[in-house]
Amino acid sequence: MRKVTIIVMAAVIVLFLASWILKAGAFQGEHDHYIIRGFLVTFAAFLTLAVMSFLYQDNPYYKFAEHLFVGVSAAFWMCMGFWTTIVQNLVPRLSTSLADFFEVPQRAEGLNFFFYTPVILGILLLLRLSRKIGWISRWPLAFIVGTTAGLNFIRYLRSDFIKQISSTFVPLLGRDWEGIGAFFSNLDLSATGQLVMMVSNWVIFLGVFCGLIYFYFSREHKGVFGAGSRVGIWILMITFGASFGYTVMGRISLLVGRITFLFRDWLELI
Amino acid sequence: MRRAIPLTILAVVGTVLIVSVFLPPLENLGEDFTLFFDIIAVFAFFLGGGNLVRIHFNKLWRKRKDWGFSIVTLFGFFFMLVIGLLKIGNPGGIGADPTAEGSWFQETFNYVINPLQSTMYALLAFFVASASYRAFRAKNREATLLLLAAFIILLGRTPFGVMLTAWVPESWSIAQIPNLAVWIMNSPNLAGQRAIIIGIGLGVVSMSLRLILGIERSYLGEDRG
Repeated sequence: MRKVTIIVMAAVIVLFLASWILKAGAFQGEHDHYIIRGFLVTFAAFLTLAVMSFLYQDNPYYKFAEHLFVGVSAAFWMCMGFWTTIVQNLVPRLSTSLADFFEVPQRAEGLNFFFYTPVILGILLLLRLSRKIGWISRWPLAFIVGTTAGLNFIRYLRSDFIKQISSTFVPLLGRDWEGIGAFFSNLDLSATGQLVMMVSNWVIFLGVFCGLIYFYFSREHKGVFGAGSRVGIWILMITFGASFGYTVMGRISLLVGRITFLFRDWLELI
Repeated sequence: MRRAIPLTILAVVGTVLIVSVFLPPLENLGEDFTLFFDIIAVFAFFLGGGNLVRIHFNKLWRKRKDWGFSIVTLFGFFFMLVIGLLKIGNPGGIGADPTAEGSWFQETFNYVINPLQSTMYALLAFFVASASYRAFRAKNREATLLLLAAFIILLGRTPFGVMLTAWVPESWSIAQIPNLAVWIMNSPNLAGQRAIIIGIGLGVVSMSLRLILGIERSYLGEDRG
């Protein structure tokens, strides 16, 4: 190990311990378990800084945080699945004694042995870890894929196809149309005004139409069709730009959250 | 056996779920199958966990590069698994909500998973900003539109954007940057998203049909046995 690495590691350990002691002292009187609380806040700050250190370059502190994240989150989702699905939904359908043990309410309709099927399929899925009989895990996999296909067929047809098309047919003169005279006498460019509403509805209707033209590849994009396709590209470009801006702002708000944690909860500077 | 049974299972399950929407007596079957899916998915989580342990034990055993970090993964995994499954420190005991306030499981989520997860995502802000600085060039009309939309959305969600156009009168309020940002999100962005969503919907429906009819078989893997 290089001398610099050892010095940095020693400095990190000393800072960690100092922070732990100071935070525990700050929590004394506020919390019963102030030593543990001090450790947790210090550890969370350490993990935040360890992940941020990747901005400089890949380093052992980032790798530590990354590996810890993988292990802890895998176990977290396993536990959540066990308690929310297996215990809450499966156990009361299969065994009264187990339901009593886990203190979950028994079902009014009684036991349902049909629910042994997913347990058997689930156990078969675990056979994937075996090289010799791993192929049996295709059966539960087929069940999962089949359920996804069957559910998505209807769900997407309803929500992503029919509903989206029906929502596109909006009144192009606006909902509160009171005639051409009233329209011109109330003409302004306020965000909630009738003109803006009308333009919005036109943009939505033509935008969806032209966007779909762009995605239609069975005909050459020439003439009127080509013009529609070009407008479709413009609409899609605005969409990508807006999505990009929205995503960046979401990430920045997360960053603000972490910086607030560091300066308020950990360092108590703000 | 290796291909015929999974193909049959998929076809039957998929068809039953589609038919159950049209036949009220089969409606419960559809709900049961959805629950079956959730239960098998939990076993899939366990499979994923088992695989993670196997890979990291293997790395540790063979002392491969960065094997020391595998200890961190395994320690984190088993620590979380034990406190989560045994509900250690949960004030409500075995019958309580696993995420009850004060339980070790919830504290580990609050002070380990949450900071790691949000910092990982926050890190993307830097990479996206640096990538967009290099990639975004108003070279043509399309690129300019993308750039402008992104710029207005970013500006519209900051106090600076509000301040910049606060002088614009109410009768022209659409020209105020925050209002313009909202309009872009609710009109052209909605239209574009909708066109994409309709395309995705059609894609999912056709893929579901291909799976149920046994045309799409890639999920079975490469083994042709």
